[in-house]
Amino acid sequence: MMTAPPVVSIKSLKIALPKGAERPFAVDGVSLDLKPGKIVCVVGESGSGKSMCAHALTGLLPDTVSVTSGEIQFEGRDLLKLDDDAWRDLRGRRLAMIFQEPMTALNPLMRIGDQMAEMFEAHGLLTPKERRAKALALAREVGLPDPERIVRAYPHQLSGGQRQRAMIAMALALEPAVLVADEPTTALDVTTQAQILKLIRNLQRNRKMAVMFITHDFGVVADIADQVVVLRHGKVVEEGPASVVFNEPQHDYTKALLAAVPSMDPPARTPLDDQARAVEVIGLDKTYVTSGGWFREDRRVDAAREVNFTILKGETLGLVGESGSGKSSVARLVMRLIEPDRGTVRIGETDLTALEGKALRAERHRIQMIFQDPFASLNPRRKIGSIIADGPIAAGTAPKVAFDRARDLLKMVGLDAGALDRYPHEFSGGQRQRIGIARALALEPEIIVADEAVSALDVSVQAQVLRLLEDLKVRLGLSMLFITHDLRVAAQICDRIAVMQRGAIVELKPTAQLFAAPEHAYTRQLLAAVPGRKERAPAA
Amino acid sequence: MLSFVAQRVLKGVIVLLAIVVLNFFLIRLAPGDPAVVMAGEAGASDQVFVKQLREKFGLDKPLPEQLFIYVKGVATLDLGFSFRQQAPVSKLILERLPATLLLTLTAFAISLALGILFGTFAARFAGTWLDTAVTIFALIFYAMPIFWVALMGILLFSVTFDWLPSFGYDTVGGNYTGFAHVIDVAKHLIMPAMTLGLFFMATYTRMTRASMLEVKRLDFVKTARAKGLSDAVIQRRHVLRNALLPVVTLAGVHSGTLIGGAVITETVFAWPGIGRLMYDALLQRDYNLLLGVFVICSAMVLIFNLITDLVYRLVDPRIEFAS
Amino acid sequence: MKQFWKSMLRSPSGVIGLIILLFAIAVAVFGPMLFPNSPWRMVQRPFLPPFTLSTVPLGTDALGRDVFAGMIFGARVSLLVGLISTLVALIVGVPIGAMAGYFGGNVDDALMRFTEFFQTIPSFALAIVLVAILQPSIYSIVASIAVVSWPPVARLVRGEVLSLRTREYVQAAVVTGQSNTWIILREILPNALSPVIVLASLMVATAILLESSLSFLGLGDPNLISWGYMVGAGRTVIRQAWWITVFPGVAILISVLGLNLIGEGLNDALNPRLSREGR
Repeated sequence: MMTAPPVVSIKSLKIALPKGAERPFAVDGVSLDLKPGKIVCVVGESGSGKSMCAHALTGLLPDTVSVTSGEIQFEGRDLLKLDDDAWRDLRGRRLAMIFQEPMTALNPLMRIGDQMAEMFEAHGLLTPKERRAKALALAREVGLPDPERIVRAYPHQLSGGQRQRAMIAMALALEPAVLVADEPTTALDVTTQAQILKLIRNLQRNRKMAVMFITHDFGVVADIADQVVVLRHGKVVEEGPASVVFNEPQHDYTKALLAAVPSMDPPARTPLDDQARAVEVIGLDKTYVTSGGWFREDRRVDAAREVNFTILKGETLGLVGESGSGKSSVARLVMRLIEPDRGTVRIGETDLTALEGKALRAERHRIQMIFQDPFASLNPRRKIGSIIADGPIAAGTAPKVAFDRARDLLKMVGLDAGALDRYPHEFSGGQRQRIGIARALALEPEIIVADEAVSALDVSVQAQVLRLLEDLKVRLGLSMLFITHDLRVAAQICDRIAVMQRGAIVELKPTAQLFAAPEHAYTRQLLAAVPGRKERAPAA
Repeated sequence: MLSFVAQRVLKGVIVLLAIVVLNFFLIRLAPGDPAVVMAGEAGASDQVFVKQLREKFGLDKPLPEQLFIYVKGVATLDLGFSFRQQAPVSKLILERLPATLLLTLTAFAISLALGILFGTFAARFAGTWLDTAVTIFALIFYAMPIFWVALMGILLFSVTFDWLPSFGYDTVGGNYTGFAHVIDVAKHLIMPAMTLGLFFMATYTRMTRASMLEVKRLDFVKTARAKGLSDAVIQRRHVLRNALLPVVTLAGVHSGTLIGGAVITETVFAWPGIGRLMYDALLQRDYNLLLGVFVICSAMVLIFNLITDLVYRLVDPRIEFAS
Repeated sequence: MKQFWKSMLRSPSGVIGLIILLFAIAVAVFGPMLFPNSPWRMVQRPFLPPFTLSTVPLGTDALGRDVFAGMIFGARVSLLVGLISTLVALIVGVPIGAMAGYFGGNVDDALMRFTEFFQTIPSFALAIVLVAILQPSIYSIVASIAVVSWPPVARLVRGEVLSLRTREYVQAAVVTGQSNTWIILREILPNALSPVIVLASLMVATAILLESSLSFLGLGDPNLISWGYMVGAGRTVIRQAWWITVFPGVAILISVLGLNLIGEGLNDALNPRLSREGR
């Protein structure tokens, strides 16, 4: 096989973090090559230094870090030795970049077309009229619907996927040799992600661009990478062609990471048909109305439409869907955190929706919740002990008993009892999520509602927390409503899965059946969009 | 767009109505029987005259009816009668309004222009001694009471150097006409406008600086850099435009303070505007006039707020019109 | 807490501000003990220039009263009015904002319309009208300053509470069965406190400015000497006796500056993220 010479060659790059950071170097001696027409995926968990590599390549490193050694060779020059003007000339023209957050990466006060035209203006190309025509052509090329209208629109009028397309159009405007993509699909829904990945792949092939693609998601890597570089603590632990890294990973870390990726094959589960009902949800309706003021029509969003389901004792029901599908609203409706317009939520024989005030508070302990964001779900000003014991104390348990129990619970979720007297900021994301679980268990609930409980965690931590949840559920005989956008996670933990779209459940089936024979068109679309379906990671 | 304006105007009218009602009760709170006070102000205090006054101004009627009469009066720009000045309150105010508008609008323009300029400058050189110097000056101006700035201005530019006139709207007995008169008024305007503008300039400087530093860190600025745009374009087109949004909001919020500052400034410089009129009313305990000025000040603030709201909506496309 | 003082003392503005405030408080508390005589008393010939007599270091005013003594007694009025009116404004504004933010819906609508109304009225003009009608006294001055300064507190607290109440730890408190009072007092307000503290320090400064402006216009408490009154009294004789207006004005400037600096220092200490930039 003929190998083309690399366009970009990064050699032993070292980037120093500011003093007092957890390690001295964000990037510690990384070398890698980018070749024309090839996609190199740089994978790693949060804090691995992958994003720093991307920013170093485009000269956009934050002021707080500095390159201490190494070189980046591009078109016969060492990029690290360039002055500001030379950087400005290269950026956009030869080296383009797209970012993670399409919501914030566009100037909210400028029209999309003008922001595209800026690409040419920055490098003194074309006349204003030609720039506008080019912007329109680019919008068409990246598949933006109704391009004439979109170039005149402002960013807030576009969906997340459309904004990312606009970003890609900008990046491609001057036909750069290298595209740096920093987690470009992480903020997008899975079906949108699939479309954007396809777009990047096609454009890159047609234009023979070299792409550096930063991601944490092995599914995405499997779909798009030619070459894979695995980073850990700023160092390359493994690199090679995608097929080799996936099928014969050499390094233990790579193996562990791949093993932690949940498989799309649901494990066999024993049916629970003979069990009693733990939760019954009947005809739940909720419409959000944003008041348009005196002269405008109200805006209505359906968060739940005629939602019906039951959860049996000891069962885990998954609620999956994309953002805005209403799955989190349903979780909050079941918890009575928000009030339904219509419908009933029954816990055992108790109608939760009929209770108010004190009576409601007295029943709340039976159904508890685990939240998504490990950094927002613990009050930063209260000690872990209080956070766990507050609930039982409010329910009338003696404080001493409650704190003793909090100690036991911490052990149960795998934390040291010394955590009781510490504050949330002293813990990592995974540890905080364990504390959140301990808090939910403190009230000895019958049902746990987990709202995207593992979505914010790195894949290896995610696997541990999932295992803990499964283990506790079995041990304590709990039922669980598990809300997630991630079908892989749902496959591993749920007995049955309900698929939600625009506030309504479109399909509800036992997990294995749903994956094997999806009926509804939307379910099929979701399943097809899961990244890395074909090149499956070996099962855990 | 139109319906938005209509909506805001309607809201303003409601607020103004509430202020008028508040005003009505404040008048009742004022010390003494209004009729007796009025009679006293008119220089007579016999019982018959007091009774006549009471009837003439409807003070013998039940309170709700009095309120209705008062609100109706305000709606037709009848703000009552000032016995001290022997003239209708609305006439007195209308005479003085142009001077106040000239002063406040000039001060506003100066403060906004200089504030944005200095704020941009400080943000551009953030962390250097230039930034520190601007910040310290802004802090000091921000802490100086307006009346004191006015007096120090007089002490420096009128008493010591004799560069600028220390009081009035134009030279008494100067009899300037045409362009010479404009120059004369401008000379008289410089100190009051600068005095009034200084505090707000400090405010806008601080706000612009903080806002620019905040916007600089946003993702779209990184996008602009990734495009290869020059620093000047990034600062102007991407940073400044976004950073000015909170400054516009602040300008609206500060319109009330601007009017308050005008009262002080006009008092010190004997500027013949409604602020000075308010001070005179205060000295003479002329409550009708005092509260009349108060209602007009509130109306001015409402109009100013409406304008800043419109400007905000024009520059920020995220707030959509109901069209 | 220790952490807080550490970062407060690391910010130069915070340290300078604290020094100024402590000095002003010391003057207000102990000063009058050193000057047992009433500041209203004539002590020397009128218009005595400053730095001529060591007993009257800053000269005398048009009535032969000691300017230095007046400044010392004036510190008491300024600080007292500043602190108490801010306290009153907080007592009114915090509960209104907290209730509006927490309960939302109609409660929020009603409370915020009310707040907006007060915020629309030009504040200094309202203060003038209120003091004039209630008759000038320390009570009417404190009351009117409080009336015009609570709306920003209410709006700030509402905004904070509104964003905090959707935080997951607040929802966790709801689902673990805590009462509304407990949630507002233990989970929400402590986390909303930092911006309120910063605002409060700036409000004391604004209140001092407002009080001095009222006194300058002749709306001060006739029994208490204050800096604004002194400047107002010296205004007509500024051509003959500059010192009567200059010194009390400097006192106002320094105290207000000190409080603003404390506000900056607090902001640096309580919101470290924002202040690191551009340093």
